[in-house]
Amino acid sequence: MADELEPTTVIDPGPDEVLGPGHNFDTVTTKISGVVYRPFMRTPIQMFVGFFIAFIFVNIFLGAVTWLFYRGVGIWGIVIPIAWGFAIVNFVWWIGIGHAGTLISAILLLLKQDWRTSINRFSEAMTLFAVACAGMFPILHLGRPWLAYWLLPYPNQMWLWPQPRSPLIWDVFAVSTYATVSFIFWFTGLIPDFATMRDLRAGKTVGKIYGMLAMGWRGSAKHWARYQKAYLLLAGLSTPLVVSVHSVVSFDFAVAILPGWHTTIFPPYFVAGAIYSGFAMVLTLAIPVRRWYHLEDLITTRHIECMAKVMLGTGLIVAYGYAMEAFISWYSQNEYEQYAFYNRMFPQAGTYWWTYWMLITCNIAIPQLLWSRRVRLHTWAVFAISLVVNVGMWLERFVIVVTSLTRDFVPSSWGMYYPTMWDWATYAGTLGVFLCLMFLFIRGVPAISIFEMREVVHEKEAVHAHSE
Amino acid sequence: MPTQSRSAGEALNLYGLMAEFETPEGLLAAAESARDEGFRHMDAYAPMPVEGLAEAVAQRKTTIEKIVFVAGLLGATGGFMLCWWMTVVAYPHNVAGRPLNSWPAYIPITFESMVLISCLTALVGMLMLNGLPQPYHPVFNVAQFERASIDRFFLCIEARDPRFELEATREFLEGLNPLEVTEVEK
Repeated sequence: MADELEPTTVIDPGPDEVLGPGHNFDTVTTKISGVVYRPFMRTPIQMFVGFFIAFIFVNIFLGAVTWLFYRGVGIWGIVIPIAWGFAIVNFVWWIGIGHAGTLISAILLLLKQDWRTSINRFSEAMTLFAVACAGMFPILHLGRPWLAYWLLPYPNQMWLWPQPRSPLIWDVFAVSTYATVSFIFWFTGLIPDFATMRDLRAGKTVGKIYGMLAMGWRGSAKHWARYQKAYLLLAGLSTPLVVSVHSVVSFDFAVAILPGWHTTIFPPYFVAGAIYSGFAMVLTLAIPVRRWYHLEDLITTRHIECMAKVMLGTGLIVAYGYAMEAFISWYSQNEYEQYAFYNRMFPQAGTYWWTYWMLITCNIAIPQLLWSRRVRLHTWAVFAISLVVNVGMWLERFVIVVTSLTRDFVPSSWGMYYPTMWDWATYAGTLGVFLCLMFLFIRGVPAISIFEMREVVHEKEAVHAHSE
Repeated sequence: MPTQSRSAGEALNLYGLMAEFETPEGLLAAAESARDEGFRHMDAYAPMPVEGLAEAVAQRKTTIEKIVFVAGLLGATGGFMLCWWMTVVAYPHNVAGRPLNSWPAYIPITFESMVLISCLTALVGMLMLNGLPQPYHPVFNVAQFERASIDRFFLCIEARDPRFELEATREFLEGLNPLEVTEVEK
């Protein structure tokens, strides 16, 4: 087998092809496994630098959490009435990011989209790590995080049970199911690739480790038949799951009576926003990685362009959500609803009105550039827009959580929220945790599904044979 | 263990004969010919799913979907009953005079339990039906077989097949235009 670490030329086949020219079963295998199996010192320098920076933030996170456990949530800026500060903003932001992974792996599989294949593994990993970051926030926010298991229904001597009519308990079930199912989906996809990794280093220690993970997979046709059926079932089950998770998250808000939260449009608009931010994060990660590892012939301009289109489409759904929220608050003729929007949008001293306009700029105005094909084909322009959308979606959650809580019904209970250094440290820390895990993932397991790429190669050959 | 060997191959400590192919089409054609020839105990090995291959090597319909369906029903029932039992039996709590059995509020947990249990079953069921994890299998004794997970396609006719005869079967396999035919030790 060709042992080419750095192929001499990597050709991006442009916006119409999902695979560069000249690939066969062997070359896609070598290339993708080569990301893992290259000598340690030949890891791209950006990976070392990136991991180093991310690792600093992991330590900041550990420091912030240690101080939090020691002193309690008082170190954060949360006060009454803003009891849900950054913790819930970050929780919703992270879990939204995860949604693109499931969408790419499950929904695009059912829709038979050819551009799903080389980015699904990567986005599933992103989902796992984003959900891990998301899951930490509600627990840290509990005040007594060591009692987090009280959220689970288990027999206890106090004979107390969680309240299954509350969206907060639905959240516990939805997020833990989502994390588990995302892991199952990711791991199932990895089994045949672990077998490939095992066979590429037969007899060596690393081959034995992958061999244990492959569990004796031998590519039997009978096994493949069950495997494909199981994979399809997982995709079919994940599709309603991904819609349900962010709907349940939105119920945390929509079921409350707070002006600005109590809206029926929340579930669909949260789901669209989740997919929007998730695609932005996939692009933010995939564009640099494909460059560092010279993967432009596997993750082509077509993948980038398709993701940019999905981002534009979901962004427009989100824009519709903002418009309807504002319209209904006026149309309802409910003075509290109307005030909530006045408070969001119009400049007043001592309010967060500017965050709303920043959010509109980031989420609605700037992404309209993606209508232009030239912008979509310009990889780094798409990268810049994806960063803007990440910021915008974070601001959206800030506006929903914080601005709504600052001014509710009675002016005597109004208040302001000022995040402290520890709020920022915890948030930045989870970014470090997320990036560290992503770096380790790229280094440790095939970041692109090898066996599905073989299918792409095979299809391409069949098309060629047919046209000749 | 069988007390009496059913075919000539078993006496030779042989698992079967394996033919190696370069393309999925080659393997599929070979598997279909072997099936037409009357072989029943055989398997095909490929680095990716190949359409029609499982049917060619005598795979009956998969049962995994039925198992997952039952698991989903059990998961949904379990999730609903958990909520009902918690709020009606174990910890009845009157909230603003609403009924204790407030079933619409149980639906999210019912749904999530259904998905959780069915997905766990899909993975575990697939592995168990496939007999995995399996630390040892004779096909790995063939040196070239490590390419079965990379870029080669294999058809193995097993010695336990009643029609298996070392020389005749080897001749048959060689007629299918393989790269190589190898004996697979047990």
